[in-house]
Amino acid sequence: MLHANKRIGAFRRLAGHASAAALLAAAALAGPAFAAEEKVLRIGMTAADIPTNVGQPDQGFEGFRFMGYMLYDTLVLWDLSKADLPAKLMPGLATEWEIDPDNHNRWIFHLRQGVKFHDGSDFTADDVVWNFRKVADPEAPHYDSKQAALAAVRIPALAEVNKIDDYTVEILTKEPSAYVPYQVSFWFMSNQEQWEKVGSWAEYAKSPTGTGPWKFVSQTPRAQVEMIPNKEYWDPDRVPQVDRVVLRPIPEASARVAALLSGQVDFIEAPPPDAIPRLKASGMNIVTNAYPHNWAVEPSLKEGSPWRDVRVRKAANLCIDREGMTQMLGGLAIPSKGHMPPGDTWFGKPTFDIRYDPDAARALMTEAGYSSDNRASVKIAASTSGSGQMQPLPMFEFLQANLNECYFDVQAEVMEWNALTSFSRKPSNEGEAVAKNINGSIISRATQDPYSALERVFMSSRIPPNGSNWGLVQDPFYDEMLAKAASTFDLEAQDEILAQVHAYAVDNAQWIWVVHDVNPRALAPHVKGFVQAQSWFQDLTPIRIER
Amino acid sequence: MLFYLLRRLLYAVPIALGVTLVCFSLVHIGPGDPLSSILPPEASQAIVDRMKREYGLDQPLPLQYLIWLGKAAVGDFGTSIFTGRPVLAEIAPALVNSLIIAVGGALLGFLLGIVFGTVAGYCHGRPADRFFTAVAITGVSVPHYWLAIVLVIVFSVELMWLPALGMTGSGGTEFTFSGENFRHMLLPVIALSVIPMGVVARTVRAQVAELLNMDFVDALRSKGLGEAKVFRHVAKNAAPQVLAVMGLQLGYLLGGSILIETVFAWPGTGLLLNNAIFARDIPLLQGTILALALIFVALNLLVDVVQAILDPRIVR
Repeated sequence: MLHANKRIGAFRRLAGHASAAALLAAAALAGPAFAAEEKVLRIGMTAADIPTNVGQPDQGFEGFRFMGYMLYDTLVLWDLSKADLPAKLMPGLATEWEIDPDNHNRWIFHLRQGVKFHDGSDFTADDVVWNFRKVADPEAPHYDSKQAALAAVRIPALAEVNKIDDYTVEILTKEPSAYVPYQVSFWFMSNQEQWEKVGSWAEYAKSPTGTGPWKFVSQTPRAQVEMIPNKEYWDPDRVPQVDRVVLRPIPEASARVAALLSGQVDFIEAPPPDAIPRLKASGMNIVTNAYPHNWAVEPSLKEGSPWRDVRVRKAANLCIDREGMTQMLGGLAIPSKGHMPPGDTWFGKPTFDIRYDPDAARALMTEAGYSSDNRASVKIAASTSGSGQMQPLPMFEFLQANLNECYFDVQAEVMEWNALTSFSRKPSNEGEAVAKNINGSIISRATQDPYSALERVFMSSRIPPNGSNWGLVQDPFYDEMLAKAASTFDLEAQDEILAQVHAYAVDNAQWIWVVHDVNPRALAPHVKGFVQAQSWFQDLTPIRIER
Repeated sequence: MLFYLLRRLLYAVPIALGVTLVCFSLVHIGPGDPLSSILPPEASQAIVDRMKREYGLDQPLPLQYLIWLGKAAVGDFGTSIFTGRPVLAEIAPALVNSLIIAVGGALLGFLLGIVFGTVAGYCHGRPADRFFTAVAITGVSVPHYWLAIVLVIVFSVELMWLPALGMTGSGGTEFTFSGENFRHMLLPVIALSVIPMGVVARTVRAQVAELLNMDFVDALRSKGLGEAKVFRHVAKNAAPQVLAVMGLQLGYLLGGSILIETVFAWPGTGLLLNNAIFARDIPLLQGTILALALIFVALNLLVDVVQAILDPRIVR
């Protein structure tokens, strides 16, 4: 019996060896095909071209999303790991920062040690100083006017950056500004050593290196850019999970949808609402989330404008069927309750409830002296398309039909997006707005930092060309409170002031708010792990490909 | 003949100059600011002014035109505001890419057009004529961007036989005559071929039907010539007019179809123009329009010369 067992055991071992050998042989024969398949994530962007890759990206926040925060880092980053809360700032290339208690024009940033650029060179305080000169010192050999122009609107408070030691810098501001951490989150760190090796930004663009979670591989203008994971990224939690990412500019919405459905890409930005049912039927995942964006009418308060009367502005806010519009958009919108999306940190406690109540709206209009025979005449500049503009024309027509029910006579001045942004560079009491008697404009806005959300549109000192207060809001409350917020270095106290400002804006119906976009994206079923943050920026590092 | 050629060449010079003036003015008359594509909306006036200085946009328009013309004359079309790359380096590969699908579309369209037109002309008034005339009218009437979208839906999305966009699966923009390239160009070529097919078919039909009723054809037949030989005479007589139409059609196709190239994301001049328009990239827009217009002028010149060779009466 014992012998028999031994024999069986020996046979089993032999069989085991034989099958292992057969497997090995098969593996050797199969060659590379037996190796794990490369996991490639291919993304269809809405941009018409690859965003600038040398540091400060162009193409608006899409450039930040798909080039900026992928190849590069900023001193302060955005925490994009949560879908249920608005994205907040978090340490990036700086681990800590504080205001000098004796000098409110001086911030100290402590840099992260051990961070390396993709070419292996160290990131130190010298790089931060060099990167400031890149965008602020026209005499510097590496000064880049395009990056300077792109950065100037993002870091307006910064006056000087000096090295204290290898891992500490001081940032001097023009005036006390509590928004410096937000501002530096938009300022990307290029690689000094690499630039000095190649000698020009044109050459740098051929092999750009940053400190970000993705490394540049290659780029074909207007066609695609390829990146691979930076396995040595300083934040081990954000080392990319796929083997390669390919970004393709596909500006045409239906071409993006076709590319996803035919398997040429795995992930597309902004599918059009009418394609959603088809995408869902094909098993694609539609991902949406609130993010700091608004689609609203910015009313002009210039002499003679009906919008000067708060009752008219309130009536307009009460006369919009936002649920109906959301339905028209295939559910891809959130009805506005104010300037900030509902639930935002700075939403505050306004008393004016923005809702659909046309009877109340007409009562307010009657009180303000308007009737069906004596309508409030408004002419609104709108675009045909554009960044963040959603579906501007059908949305405008919906809005127009709504407002005309409440004693308004709404006219459109339709412009191409580029023309509309040029138009908004002059205040509403100058230029084309006067010539064509335009007293409203629809330009969707990013509202993720205090300056973009509130200061640039409500502060009297931000009337163009110094900001985006096109509508000429001149109210001492905003001026005082927003100045206070900008010099309040305690974040909680700052949030409290901003919430008061927002509540005041809603109670004064400062704008006619309509909806917030939900930033739809369509993902092939094998794309897993994507968390859509409540932000204009997104993190591709957790994405896995599981076929 | 030489005199005729010289005269046509001389005519082309003022036309080309006129083209440069029109394309420069049109681009500058349009609304919007060329710098707004690269500057955020809140860029301060100081920054806008500095960038204008750098790109020479602060100069008076006539001076800008002369500077641009002088540079363009020596092949320097400037630098794209949007990408920072030389305009010529953007246009040259795009022209080649447009040429590839234009020639493909033209060959397919002309071939089908000639066959359909000839058959219809020979079968004048009969069901075959009505059928091919209907096909030709459909070809001219169907919006080709709509057809392009339908082709994508059918062959790329539903059947998944052919790729929906691009020139290669890996996003390359160079035509390497690979099987993959041909698979990618098939749908754009079909979409592009329908209009030339329709136009050529209608011209050929009218010409053939008219020529067949002429006395010389009866004379040829009565002399005992076979139908094949009669057809050769008919074809030769129809050629000048058909060729003129084909030349124009090829010119339109070479201009790159903005809509077709945008739908298929084909990296040709049409897509380049579309991107340049939306980005308000004036140097790129001017350069591309100028290059296309000059090609059109050159092609017309070529057609005139070929027509003169085929029908020497034109020279007189």
